[in-house]
Amino acid sequence: MDSDTLHYSLDLVSGNGLTLTTEQRAALQTSLVILKRNYKFNRVLFWGRILGMKSDYYIAQGIGEDEMSDRKCLYSFNCIDWHLLPPATDALIEEVAVATKGCFTGDPSHEYEQTETRRLGEGDEPVEEEVMVKVNEEKRLAVTVFIIDKEVAVVPRGAYMKNPNGTVQTNRSFEGLNPYEAGKLRNYLHFSEPKNLKKKSILEMADLNPSIDFLDPLSEDIPKGSWSLQFEQGSRVCMIRSLLWQGLTFFHMPMTPQHGYIYTGQGLKSLDLPFML
Amino acid sequence: MHRAEERDLRRCRVAIKIYDHLTRVLIKVMDERPDNAADVFEDLSLEVKRSQLQDRQSTLRPSPEPTAALTLAQQQKGLFSQGAGDEQEEGLVETPLPNLAEQSFFFEQVGVGLGREETQRIFLALKQLVDTHLLQRCRFWGKILGTEANYTVAEVEYRDGAEEEEGEAEETHEDEEKEGEAREKDEEEVVEEVDPLPKSTYKPPPTVPKEPRGSGTNKFTYFACREPGLPWVRLPDVTPAQITVARQIRKLFTGQLDAPVVSYPPFPGNEANYLRAQIARISASTQVSPLGFYHFDEEEGEEEEGGRDNFVENLNFEGISVQEMAESLSAWVHHVQHINKQGRCVWVNLAEKTEEDFEEEAEEEEKEEQPDEPEPEVGPPLLTPLSEDAEINNTPPWSIRLSSHLIPQYAVAYVRSNLWPGAHAYACGRKFENIYIGWGLKFLGEPYTPPVLPQPQQAYPSGPEITEALDPSLEEEQALKAALEEQQAAQEENEGLEAEEEEEEEEDD
Repeated sequence: MDSDTLHYSLDLVSGNGLTLTTEQRAALQTSLVILKRNYKFNRVLFWGRILGMKSDYYIAQGIGEDEMSDRKCLYSFNCIDWHLLPPATDALIEEVAVATKGCFTGDPSHEYEQTETRRLGEGDEPVEEEVMVKVNEEKRLAVTVFIIDKEVAVVPRGAYMKNPNGTVQTNRSFEGLNPYEAGKLRNYLHFSEPKNLKKKSILEMADLNPSIDFLDPLSEDIPKGSWSLQFEQGSRVCMIRSLLWQGLTFFHMPMTPQHGYIYTGQGLKSLDLPFML
Repeated sequence: MHRAEERDLRRCRVAIKIYDHLTRVLIKVMDERPDNAADVFEDLSLEVKRSQLQDRQSTLRPSPEPTAALTLAQQQKGLFSQGAGDEQEEGLVETPLPNLAEQSFFFEQVGVGLGREETQRIFLALKQLVDTHLLQRCRFWGKILGTEANYTVAEVEYRDGAEEEEGEAEETHEDEEKEGEAREKDEEEVVEEVDPLPKSTYKPPPTVPKEPRGSGTNKFTYFACREPGLPWVRLPDVTPAQITVARQIRKLFTGQLDAPVVSYPPFPGNEANYLRAQIARISASTQVSPLGFYHFDEEEGEEEEGGRDNFVENLNFEGISVQEMAESLSAWVHHVQHINKQGRCVWVNLAEKTEEDFEEEAEEEEKEEQPDEPEPEVGPPLLTPLSEDAEINNTPPWSIRLSSHLIPQYAVAYVRSNLWPGAHAYACGRKFENIYIGWGLKFLGEPYTPPVLPQPQQAYPSGPEITEALDPSLEEEQALKAALEEQQAAQEENEGLEAEEEEEEEEDD
């Protein structure tokens, strides 16, 4: 959610029940501006809040030139002092997937441990070794934010476009979806590297506009029904909530270019989703 | 014909001449002066083309169909109209309406809320509810999110007289249904006696009776509505069977109260019952108050079986300091009874037999102890502090905070449940409140595993008609036939002798 529009868009996404206190909103207004200047970001977004047992993490993202790949994440406890999160590499993602379980504790230096028996050596004599995988909570936070962005970050179709040289930028002439289009899930796209785009038949690809349709639409997600699309306040605001990562809320006001998403939740993927639908 | 059409199309395309179009686009660029004109050039061109078309179509009349926004707005307009009886009752009677504005202010201080306009609408909807029904107490319980629509839930306690009327209407309806079913069964039994099918020997476990309204899980009544402004629907009372099944399934709500709940084990009821069961579980686990706000009425004599469930507001309560409330969990207590495994708050001994059975068994087993008598289940008593709550999977069940570290003098103490994500409570001096805003699911800590299906039952009782036996061999059959013939011959001789004897006797007479 853009820091410039934070003060009124927070009211729209409070259907989840979790909002920010007035103290935190005031703090964010001051600190995000300073952050933008210090790190020389183009835009700063307030990404959301991950609830921990002892304290909560507030996450902000700063965007450079390319909207999709040039993102840096920062976290804070009081919305004033921000710390940079390490970038999430594949090796780190694997470690976190193995070692962590349960809720976030709220202490970034908390270590999660897991002993894993790995087989090293090739050929006829594999050697079993017990490897202790240790991950601290800061890395877990970085990986969680990265995965949530990769899996459930949502943007309306037409809001971003791809330049001929490959960079993704905001579409300044995006005027919003009309109320009919806003009710269809296929007009919302995942904001991450597309997986299914190249598997489409040529007939389907002929209907797409390559500068706008370079992302996967939400309607092709498995399991079907993992998104809840509702209109709140009459048809003024379209809210999309993810059921896979409970707590991710996306809002869009039809016929206006306003849109954004925020995550307020425990940071846990809902693996029981097929049972719950 | 085909070629003529092609020629027409070409002429239409040429009509939008490229020179004119480029002129219009460049005029637009010079008027608007966008920042990166080269990047958005194609969009500008499309916009110019679109604006050309719109001029020709402006003779269309606007669509008369009401949009969803309009229908909802018209329904919600009713919220803002002032009722007729309002002016008389101002300030005279203690209203059961809660001060939702004050509560939402405190909740905002701790970061929980639904947005100011939404809360205001809920406030007005609650007022409507209070005006239409005779209520003793009313409270905004919370909001449950669903996949298609959400539920706003209000917890309500009726005044003594009003409740019975509504209860009677429901009970008569249930009785009529039962009578109808009994009549059908009589007819069916008559037909079946001619050729009885094998009857199943399966006896389902006895159903646990539900708690009467006003006590235990059914202490309060709940109303739900989809959006504030739409009519409130009363949720049915909850039965222990529903609670037991709700503990075993994990389902999201859809937003339609009459939707079926498809699950294993099968849920006895539709979504309204499931919603009520989850509300009961959430209330029992997460409704808390500061220690000392409620205390037991000291006039009661002995302790009843199953614990006391009547508590009264302590009028001498002066409030615990916010610092203390924000640090220790023992300053908070549950004020709703815990639901035990049976699905009720007060345990019921199902093994108690009726009088007939008792007499029969008394003859057979006079002094034998019955080893199967179940032990009574006792849950934690009312008003136990939160520090006694059990952990799940190494997660503490509650998180406790102060709302602000910068201004601790006026801060609010806040407690959040980790077992039911979405349950919050605040306390500030003498004021406190609970709320639940969430999806209505419990935090399991480990992935959900559905219960295993039971073993298939034996399809038939074994008996002589169905037991297999070897067919007799040829020699055995012949031997049997010879034996039967001898028997018959012997019988005929006997009969012949008897007949002769009778004739002789008759002749004698």
